[in-house]
Amino acid sequence: MSKKSADIVVIGGGVVGCATAFELARLGCKDIVLVERNTIASGSTGRCGAGVRQQFGTELNCVLARESVRIFEQMDEYLDYKPGVEFRQSGYLMLAYSDSQWEQFRRNVKLERSLDIDVEMLTPEGAREIVPFLNLEGMVGATFCQTDGHANPFHTAFAYAQAAKRLGAEVLTHTSVVDIEVENNRIKAVVTDKGRIETSAVVNCAGAYSAKIAAMAGIDLPVWGERHQILITEPVEAMMGPMVISFHHDFYCQQTPHGSFIMGIGMPGEPKSFNIHSSVDFLEGMAKTVMKILPPLGNLRVVRQWAGLYDRSPDAQPILGECPPVERFYNANGFSGHGFMVAPIVGRAMAELIMLGKPSVDISKLDAGRFERGELVLEPAVVG
Amino acid sequence: MTDRPERIDDDVIVCRCEDVTLGDIRRLIANGYHTIDEIKRISRAGMGQCQGRTCRHLIARELATALGVSVEEVEMPTFRPPTRPVLLSTIARGEGDE
Repeated sequence: MSKKSADIVVIGGGVVGCATAFELARLGCKDIVLVERNTIASGSTGRCGAGVRQQFGTELNCVLARESVRIFEQMDEYLDYKPGVEFRQSGYLMLAYSDSQWEQFRRNVKLERSLDIDVEMLTPEGAREIVPFLNLEGMVGATFCQTDGHANPFHTAFAYAQAAKRLGAEVLTHTSVVDIEVENNRIKAVVTDKGRIETSAVVNCAGAYSAKIAAMAGIDLPVWGERHQILITEPVEAMMGPMVISFHHDFYCQQTPHGSFIMGIGMPGEPKSFNIHSSVDFLEGMAKTVMKILPPLGNLRVVRQWAGLYDRSPDAQPILGECPPVERFYNANGFSGHGFMVAPIVGRAMAELIMLGKPSVDISKLDAGRFERGELVLEPAVVG
Repeated sequence: MTDRPERIDDDVIVCRCEDVTLGDIRRLIANGYHTIDEIKRISRAGMGQCQGRTCRHLIARELATALGVSVEEVEMPTFRPPTRPVLLSTIARGEGDE
């Protein structure tokens, strides 16, 4: 291990950690070490559904997603990444199956439009114009946002990591954090299995493992792992543009630019755990659900299934910002299944908070203290 | 082993499912992607119909050569179910017990 000290240590080489390291470097911090226990994007980032949407039920989530989309739109140039992050704005089609859900969608759309996010409200027949083989049974309506889409999570994380390295950040993979030394609420060092790094600032981007990292600094952080599963099919010709989501079925499905269909459902009763083994139950539940909503997909073959962890927080919203009483211990975790899509703006906001004292997007409501204050930020629109 | 040529051409296809050449793999290794998992994630080698049955061993050998370790020391990625591609409609007909 080369560096014995750093201005800032970023813990976690997922997309959030990589984006944070890059944005810190971009704002002039030259002495950054990013520590990742495995390889870049080996955890939740590399296991996620890859969707990027702006259709949310809280202003904060809408704004975080909208700002991230603006960065995704320019990302290949912004990060000078030749292979490209494969951002495609093929839309999100969100299906409603009850009057109360449709009412909620109506409120969401009103909010989204007030924030400059262009969302259409569609009849079931209107939804079928976008996805011709959609089963309309039981559907009340749908909303569609063309500027939503998806990107390649591996390339996005690699792009940020490479760009951060070019600006001088050191990226240590296969390196595990084993302790954080804190004295009088000041960080002294991050201890890894490869050596000790003296530092006064830590950004905790460890996903589902963030509570373990926080505990090393004596902080009780309410973040836990929750298994979610996905499968992917053989590639076929392009036949479906948007991500199709149904909260009623706890379901999402998207055709990737590669041609394969990627899909997931929430499994009821999933316990808190770090379990990332896939299950037969999921495969069966997934197959039944997708054939109900998108019947022709029954003709596709599953080539691979896998599992990953949501880094859940009590209100299914990220925890961002400094974490008193420990000075300069920053959290960027608890994303609860929508971390990839907001990572670009989260990385920027964290860097602005740390380097300039004030981020360009107000994230103050997402601090860890909100749980004690009882000021939860409840999001009505999440899968699982 | 004795008849193995010194160096196989860059344009040889390593992953037939995803059309990845040996040259692609060598470039990735040279750029610091030093595990089969990383190479899979960036190039798709091993993500196709056969799920890496052929290419993972070829990539492991290439990594071993480049890194100066034995093939056994190269970490194998997780084998993910199903073992063979299965129709979603076939799975949906299942009754749960195996």
